[in-house]
Amino acid sequence: MTCKAEDYMTGETAWCPGCGNYDIREALAGALAELGLPPHQVLLVSGIGQAAKIPHYIKANGFNGLHGRALPPAVGAKVANKDLTVIVESGDGDSYGEGGNHFMHNIRRNPDLAHLVHDNQVYGLTKGQASPTSEPGMKTGVQVEGVTVPALNPLSLALVMGAGFVARCFSGEKDHLKATMKAAINFPGYALVDILQPCVSFNKVNTHGWYKNRVYFPEVEAPQDWAKAMDLSRQWGDQIPLGIFYNKPHQTFGESRAVLKGEPLSNRPFNPEELSSLQNDFL
Amino acid sequence: MEINVLIGGAAGQGMETIMNLLGKALVREDFGLIYTKDYMSRVRGGHNFSRLRIAPGQPWTTVESIDVLVALNEETYRKHSQNLVPSGRVIYDPELFSLPGDESRGVPVELKKLAEEAGGRVMANTVAVGALLVLMGLETSTVEELLKDTFAGKEGVAEKNIKALKAGYDSAARTCSACFELPAKNQDGKKLFIDGNQVVGMAALASGCRFLSAYPMTPATGIMNYLASKSPDYPVIVEQAEDEIAAINMALGAAYAGVRAMTCTSGGGFSLMAEGVSLAGMTETPLVIVVGMRPGPATGLPTRTEQADLEFILHSGHGEFPRAVLSATSHDDAFYRLNKAFELADRYQTPVFFLTDQNFADTHRSVGLYDFSRLGYNRFLAAESNFEKPYKRYRITESGISPRILPGQYEGETVLIDSDEHDEKGNIIEDASTRRTMVDKRMRKLNGMAEEMDEPDLYGDPHPEVLLIGWGSTYGVIREAVDALIARGIKSAMLHFSDLWPLPQKRLHSLLAEVKHSFCIENNAGGQLSKLIRRESGLSINSNILKYDGRPFLPDEIVKEVQNDL
Ligand SMILES: Cc1ncc(C[n+]2csc(CCOP(=O)(O)OP(=O)(O)O)c2C)c(N)n1
Ligand code: SF4
Ligand SMILES: [Mg+2]
Repeated sequence: MTCKAEDYMTGETAWCPGCGNYDIREALAGALAELGLPPHQVLLVSGIGQAAKIPHYIKANGFNGLHGRALPPAVGAKVANKDLTVIVESGDGDSYGEGGNHFMHNIRRNPDLAHLVHDNQVYGLTKGQASPTSEPGMKTGVQVEGVTVPALNPLSLALVMGAGFVARCFSGEKDHLKATMKAAINFPGYALVDILQPCVSFNKVNTHGWYKNRVYFPEVEAPQDWAKAMDLSRQWGDQIPLGIFYNKPHQTFGESRAVLKGEPLSNRPFNPEELSSLQNDFL
Repeated sequence: MEINVLIGGAAGQGMETIMNLLGKALVREDFGLIYTKDYMSRVRGGHNFSRLRIAPGQPWTTVESIDVLVALNEETYRKHSQNLVPSGRVIYDPELFSLPGDESRGVPVELKKLAEEAGGRVMANTVAVGALLVLMGLETSTVEELLKDTFAGKEGVAEKNIKALKAGYDSAARTCSACFELPAKNQDGKKLFIDGNQVVGMAALASGCRFLSAYPMTPATGIMNYLASKSPDYPVIVEQAEDEIAAINMALGAAYAGVRAMTCTSGGGFSLMAEGVSLAGMTETPLVIVVGMRPGPATGLPTRTEQADLEFILHSGHGEFPRAVLSATSHDDAFYRLNKAFELADRYQTPVFFLTDQNFADTHRSVGLYDFSRLGYNRFLAAESNFEKPYKRYRITESGISPRILPGQYEGETVLIDSDEHDEKGNIIEDASTRRTMVDKRMRKLNGMAEEMDEPDLYGDPHPEVLLIGWGSTYGVIREAVDALIARGIKSAMLHFSDLWPLPQKRLHSLLAEVKHSFCIENNAGGQLSKLIRRESGLSINSNILKYDGRPFLPDEIVKEVQNDL
């Protein structure tokens, strides 16, 4: 069964007109179609937020879990059935704020999944509070004097933690986004794509135009130079580089566990009676 | 005839290994026993002790009186000698301390010196066990055999320990001979020597649990250890999560994608899991959650026992959704009951709790072999002919149970689950009518679950005047208290709950109408089961016997309190 991009588009979206989420959704549908992944073999896992509604708008299996907790169930699902293509898709608040601990530790764990973060630098669903990636100085209903703490840099953090695949995209560069998503999905191991996404309703600083004027595609031939990747990840301001900054696989969580070789765990037959020799330990 | 031994010393003196070997050796020789631990939350120093009771049949509980006191340090002697029976004996090291005025009960053995001669001071307790064997009139051979098995591959360790064991044996044999009569050996077949966490771990594995994600916390960590030790020989993955929030959410992901999954923790860690419990309820994902209780609040007494989280577990997780709560009563029953937890979780697509506590988790008992053919592995998944296409994860049904398939199982069918309120397909909704329909659907599952709850176990006089009610790990101690009361001519019985929610009530109604006096016996300060019974059945229990000092009940304490109150 081959699917066209349109076949993955489902449901009635609840996003604001002009939101960057639409472009991300289209890019994902295109990526899945071009990869030839049938919906029943794809699992989208998300937390809570505007971005996290994506499992309702893409035809695939979906686990729309708790705020901040998209990564853990994705890891569990991949352990249970390694044949599923697991994609975690959520917001910046969800992924880097509420879920920060899981972000850090799953880079170490290195499960084979793509983590696509809709980074609108704001909490959209709860109406515009600062997120971990908000620009210092940005005023909100809660940060009334402006954000006073520096922004979290997800790409640098991922690199420092040893992530094997680190990329930055912009929802306004849809073809590049789609190609990067495909690479992330195909990457063996944890692959982070931080996607700059305008929020037309609440982020009046980082608008579509603001990003458009700043993003550029640096020449990165073989992105296996960690120091260079680190450099690119730290560029922000007038010039914001896009692309796959780092792409170097290493042993995945699945590869590190002997039990996971062979049939997916969920498919293996089982009969309790065959285990009665377990008692010998206690005799 | 029975023998009660207490061995005590500082943490880090290696008591546990050798006592485990001794226990196993005695069980191999067909003695029935129970072995409990009282230890401090520290790795070195302090005062730790274990009690070993060897008694006819399979004893249910340890007792306070001591026949042999193995005092690895003076503190042990000072703290426990008042419970030594007049004819009791004290194994001690005369180089470390003396027993002024109590010499006649002393069995001096140069524990330290003999251990050093055998190869190291840590083996002082092995020397002591050698001496203990003399007092019990046993040979060293079975322990020797076990030392060889246990330390196979560890060069010299078994040999050194055997040397220490024999040195202790010979030394004691010079000054005394067997002074205690062992109970008759059991003749009803092989027995296991196993602790509560091992029972739970083995039951999980044999129930087909393929994924345990957890964060270490006493007293539940032993479950992680057991299952981890079985991977990769058996198809189970144990993942130490970054925190308990991750632990429960990982387990939910694994369960959703098709394997039996479990998490385990204690009260503090479980507090972090609360939102995940609610997610399991909303998404209707099967999950077994083992909570090994210890005294709270907060960090409480990390290595002690309590039954104070029943109310918390009954109400944990925001919102309303069905759950089942089962508890570990005895090593015999817990094996099958954990399997029941998995079966219920899969059948009703809901979180199921299995409550244990430190008293159960850390206690070794001799138990008969388990019958693995009694275990169920029914996944309750819908056959292809049994669900409508396109598949709807939350199809409304009379039982409230929607046909379940797995993601990836059928071409063209996808499975969507959602923590937001949703429609049959799993998509977010906000309208009032779908909301009502979905709440009703989920809550209907409770009807079926209520039917599956076992009535509490009834033991003792068939027409009791006094009824002792309990739940969880107090099974054995209440049972022994009932025996003692009956022996004193008090017509009494025990009504003991293993399944707690939905609360089974038939026996409660019939018995409470009959008895003159009822007691609820709980290891907590609030009388939580007592309150639950009242809330659910409208029945009240006459008195509560509550203990919340972190220590398990002793049968005598219960007997005394009951007699005071009658
Ligand atoms: C435990 C918990 N805390 C808070 C919330 C409220 N909440 C929902 S979404 C959200 C922030 C979403 O921000 P982000 O992840 O950046 O997603 P966006 O809406 O911007 O796409 C918050 C705070 C929640 N649902 N759960
Ligand atoms: S609030 Fe912002 S992120 Fe959410 S849909 Fe509207 S524009 Fe998009
Ligand atoms: Mg956001």
